[in-house]
Amino acid sequence: MIALENLSVAIRGTPILRNVDLTLAPGQITGLVGESGSGKSMTALAIMGLLPRGAVAGGAVRLDGQNLLTTPESALCRIRGNRIGMIFQEPMTALNPLMTIGDQVAEVLRIHHRMSREAARARARDRLDRVGLPGPRFPLTLYPHELSGGQRQRVAIALAIAEAPDLLIADEPTTALDVTTQAQILDLLRDLVREAGMSLLLITHDLAVVAGIADQVAVMREGELVENGETEALFRNQQHPYTRALFAASRHVPARVTAQADDTPILSVRDAVREYVLARRTTFGPHEVLRAVDGVSFDIQDGESVGLVGESGCGKSTLTRAILGLDPLQGGEIRLDGEAVGPGGAMPAALRAKVQVVFQDPFGSFDPRWRVDRLLAEPFHLTGRPRNWRERVAEALSEVGIDPSAARRHIHEFSGGQRQRLAIARALIIRPRLIVLDEAVSALDVQVRAQVLDLLADLRRSHGMAYLFISHDLGVVRGVTDRVLVMDRGGIVEQGPTERVMGQPAHATTRRLMAAMPEIPADWSVV
Amino acid sequence: MRWTLILGGILAGLAMLAAALSFLWTPHDVGQMAVASKLQPLSGTYWLGTDHFGRDILSMVMVGARTSIAVAVVAVGIGMGFGVPLGLLAAAGRGGWVDEVIMRGNDLIFAFPSLVIAILITAAFGPSAVNAIIAIGIFNIPVFARVTRGAAMPIWTLDYIRAAQVAGKGRLRISLEHILPNTLNLLIVQGTIQFSLGILAEAGLSYVGLGAQPPTPSWGRMLAEAQTFVTIAPHVAIIPGLCIFATVLGLNLLGDGLRDALDPRLKVMQA
Repeated sequence: MIALENLSVAIRGTPILRNVDLTLAPGQITGLVGESGSGKSMTALAIMGLLPRGAVAGGAVRLDGQNLLTTPESALCRIRGNRIGMIFQEPMTALNPLMTIGDQVAEVLRIHHRMSREAARARARDRLDRVGLPGPRFPLTLYPHELSGGQRQRVAIALAIAEAPDLLIADEPTTALDVTTQAQILDLLRDLVREAGMSLLLITHDLAVVAGIADQVAVMREGELVENGETEALFRNQQHPYTRALFAASRHVPARVTAQADDTPILSVRDAVREYVLARRTTFGPHEVLRAVDGVSFDIQDGESVGLVGESGCGKSTLTRAILGLDPLQGGEIRLDGEAVGPGGAMPAALRAKVQVVFQDPFGSFDPRWRVDRLLAEPFHLTGRPRNWRERVAEALSEVGIDPSAARRHIHEFSGGQRQRLAIARALIIRPRLIVLDEAVSALDVQVRAQVLDLLADLRRSHGMAYLFISHDLGVVRGVTDRVLVMDRGGIVEQGPTERVMGQPAHATTRRLMAAMPEIPADWSVV
Repeated sequence: MRWTLILGGILAGLAMLAAALSFLWTPHDVGQMAVASKLQPLSGTYWLGTDHFGRDILSMVMVGARTSIAVAVVAVGIGMGFGVPLGLLAAAGRGGWVDEVIMRGNDLIFAFPSLVIAILITAAFGPSAVNAIIAIGIFNIPVFARVTRGAAMPIWTLDYIRAAQVAGKGRLRISLEHILPNTLNLLIVQGTIQFSLGILAEAGLSYVGLGAQPPTPSWGRMLAEAQTFVTIAPHVAIIPGLCIFATVLGLNLLGDGLRDALDPRLKVMQA
């Protein structure tokens, strides 16, 4: 049993955690929720004894009475991996790409037990079977790149539970995964906890995930636990205003906006086919062809908000690139306001100016060396930079709720939510008719997400733009779109008004997505 | 500030300073021979002594720094001037035939041992500082082309590049506006390292008589001429040797220090 007693952490005098008291009982799942920067991950690092240099910890982290904060590093090394295991958010980077999955799991066992190679391999096999990677399909000799994101996360879990630890810490373990994979990983974690009687500390910003799996929930804000208790009771009572705010934000649905259809749809996709030529299997063998988008057709009317949902690898991103005129099609056509879209110079600037995009990652979306005004003005390349471009930049900044005086700052001075607003401002500045939002709110905290969704709804009302809203987060899609397209294996398997498709899903894929969507039970609310 | 950056800066700065100063002032006239006072030890008149012709070693070292630095600067300039655009072009057309042609051409140059080719060039066109510069410069081209391409490739996959494409910008413009500024850190570091290698290469060529010709003083040739007197007057060989050593070490430390100072990933680790 692990208990945090009055845990405080300060880095160079700045308090990061303040008086955190939390008990992690065996066989229990504790959800630790809060926004980015609230100290969730720092709590995990403090438990592991992996605080960054310059951090000073006070209070105690007790593992069966032993205070880990005062335990020497050599003893901590035996505890880490052995009695406390950890899983990280990014399954792509948590594994060593040059080692087979069998060797990676076996290595953990060999470090702690000086086991023979064969014995460690046998145990590794057992652990991989346990996390749902059975022998015949997933031999120990596989390398991480041969697995999907969800499968890699399973390997990471196998690594973490190899020693049957008392405590498993999972830091946003499903944030990088799509809904169906998320549901499978959460099920796996729950089963492991119940069977092995270990405790699980599940760190997440997603209240719906916590509602479905956790026994107790702790809400963290600015380094302090504001509320802490049994899951259902906490959700029903929501004693702290901050909990209420988080809860409201995660359920937030912006006000409806009506579409203004005219005779030509702003986007018309007809039988679009996009193929990739893969590497040859053998030296002289034929190139294999992967059909990532296979005969997709749909329209978006002016001012309409359309959702595009599907699991990762279903072809959403490929389709998006083709719509933006970045990649060529191998068949069919895409028309933007009646004119054909194509890559490179084939597409006139005036046509290109009708569509803009907002990406998922607020950190990769901007050149770190440019200042905000130059970044926001980049789309003017299509229309010619007007003389009053600085005023236009200031106007776009105030439209997204950022002080126009920020124009001369660099991008690293902004938070994730602010950057996403800047990305929207950049997309807006030339007044496109269609904005493609590629997972544009997935990386945001619930409160920021609610603000951004409101902003998008307001902008749609004032400027009459159409949105193509690509997301694996069905909850958000449900709230902000009029119509939804469900994509699977390169094709659209179901489409129609959002309420109907999500309310009575007809296709198996839609049903699977809906079933996997984590939801806070409807009756768990105070108001 | 890292100590490598400071020490490297001081050592490299001293060499630059000596070279710059030599244009205005040297303790003695470099060309002036005084056989009577040959192989003098370090003294008040001749701070670093004299060589076998009685020339002042300090003056020669100062003017020699000029030769070394000029050769290295121009050689790095040639390498960057051709290598960086080629690297950017290869990255912009990644996977296509332009990329293949450029990178295989690089491999071709890499496949030749650089000093042997330098000797070949000077043998064909006669030994001179200019030919040494060209030879060293050519071998800098593939280094910069590879570094630039390697740094540019991951940037091409980032969202802000896609945003620029959506804004209708072509590959050339994106290369200049987004890719080049973001690879500059790495290029500055590589430039410093190549600069030190250039100095070393010039000294090597001069040592075998294929670099700057007499009477232009050069560190490499001073070293070559002094080796016969090493037992009677060791300082005549040691001083130019130390100059090469200190300058090359200084530039390498500077390169290392700059990499630490400019790489944002390392900054995060310190924070």
